[in-house]
Amino acid sequence: MKFERYGIGIAKGLTVTLKTLFRHPTVSQYPEQKLHTSRRIRGNELVWDVNKCTGCGTCAKTCPQGAIEIVTSTNMLENKYVVEKYQVDTGYCIQCGLCVEACPYGALFMGYSYEKAKYRRGELVQSKEDMALAEKQPSGYFYPEIAAQLPRQTLLLEKITEDENGS
Amino acid sequence: MIISSPEISNAGVLQTLAPDWPGGFWWHWLLFTVVILAVVIVMVMSYIFMARRQIGRMQSRIGPNRTGPQGVLQPVADVVKVLLKEGIVPAAVDKPVYWLAPVVALAPVFAIFAVIPWTDGGMLADLNIGILYVVAISSISTVGMFMAGWSSSNKYALISAMRVIAAIVSYEIPVLLSIAGVLLLTGSLSMNDIVIAQRNVPFILLQPLGFLVFFIAGLAEISRSPFDLLEADQEIVAGFHIEYSGIKFAMFYLVEYGEAFILSCLITTLFLGGWRGPLLPEWLWFIAKAVIVWFVMVWIWATLPRIRIDQMMALAWKFLTPLAIINLIITAVQVLTLPENMFWVMIPVNIAITVILILLWSKSFKLGWGRVEV
Repeated sequence: MKFERYGIGIAKGLTVTLKTLFRHPTVSQYPEQKLHTSRRIRGNELVWDVNKCTGCGTCAKTCPQGAIEIVTSTNMLENKYVVEKYQVDTGYCIQCGLCVEACPYGALFMGYSYEKAKYRRGELVQSKEDMALAEKQPSGYFYPEIAAQLPRQTLLLEKITEDENGS
Repeated sequence: MIISSPEISNAGVLQTLAPDWPGGFWWHWLLFTVVILAVVIVMVMSYIFMARRQIGRMQSRIGPNRTGPQGVLQPVADVVKVLLKEGIVPAAVDKPVYWLAPVVALAPVFAIFAVIPWTDGGMLADLNIGILYVVAISSISTVGMFMAGWSSSNKYALISAMRVIAAIVSYEIPVLLSIAGVLLLTGSLSMNDIVIAQRNVPFILLQPLGFLVFFIAGLAEISRSPFDLLEADQEIVAGFHIEYSGIKFAMFYLVEYGEAFILSCLITTLFLGGWRGPLLPEWLWFIAKAVIVWFVMVWIWATLPRIRIDQMMALAWKFLTPLAIINLIITAVQVLTLPENMFWVMIPVNIAITVILILLWSKSFKLGWGRVEV
């Protein structure tokens, strides 16, 4: 005797919702709670290494949006360029990563941050201090030697971190 | 088997007047009217909050949790928002009917709470026709809904209003027949006497089939899911209150959840033993049982999909009504033949009858001459 037509489907559905009631919700409260991001993502920020950069300007020439502005002067004593101004208007940036791939000296990286939204357009322009390597972590994008050192992870992690700042 | 109760005979006297009350009857009446209205509004708001949180958790979400601790102030915020909104009246509406409809829908909802027994005799009016009063008054709300749908001069509102009428007319019959089963056992129409008659065993055990029929048909009467096709958002936008905004919409919203509160109070009174319970105060037992009933209703709401109008009609006329009639006949036979207070016979027999009847009827229940599976 099959009970398919005697309301057993309703009972099954009710147990599903009841089980879900006692389970932890799968959503997170974004500004306060964040999912652990995988170390294998690339964010939408640029990280710039001041020591490796020679001021050649390849990144600025590659950029399809023309978002990178680089101004150099000549240092005759050491026979090289001094980068005076290096700024990226991230409002134009499409995060294509071509500048990172084009850099012949490995001075540009994609970072991890994905929270780069701003309230004013002017704040989108990032100076070389904003992108300095000292405070940021370069992601493994286009750098296999960095990617090789990353821990093995899935892309989506279930752990939630509470934001200590509480925004 | 009539449930003999010596208390019933003098129960009607209990409520008319508290003899030691200062200032006489009318002050007593005024105070408790205000108290009950306040309780109803607070309960409706907590019902809204509970429904939203519970559905959220059942759908693996969190639900409103920003306003106040755990979001308990969310209904208050909603009310404030909806009261501050502009009341837009479309040009083509039938204005007198349009303005009157929310009042006609809302007034009966509050009027019903006069006969809900919160404690033993703790009700505004211990009418000796209490349950008849509830059934009669609750139908007036439907008129308000139909007025709203008709006067809005909106096709969606009209379709929704027609669905309301169809649903209420169809489902009133199983509701009344299942209430009649309880009344046969009680021998009284007074709500308080019905609770008093359940002092040994709640009627959900004596009338399992009646309870099921009443619960399902009640869900349809108040248009809760899965019978919420009068406000099927995907097809007819929001139903009969689509052209209403501001405080008039708030009144319809209050009607919707007020009716849910009424239904849970009725189920508590008729089947779950009302205010009866150990240790805790009586009114707390009553409200706790009502909240449990609401939990089950929201549980069903979160689970089941909406049914079609033909399925809804078929369920009323081919499933619930025959079962309710059979239940009534069986109860009548039991009341006539069994000796007094034979619960230990009646409970297993009635549960067995319920299971057998539901299995039999499910087997023969077909839609569209059998071409469409249920």
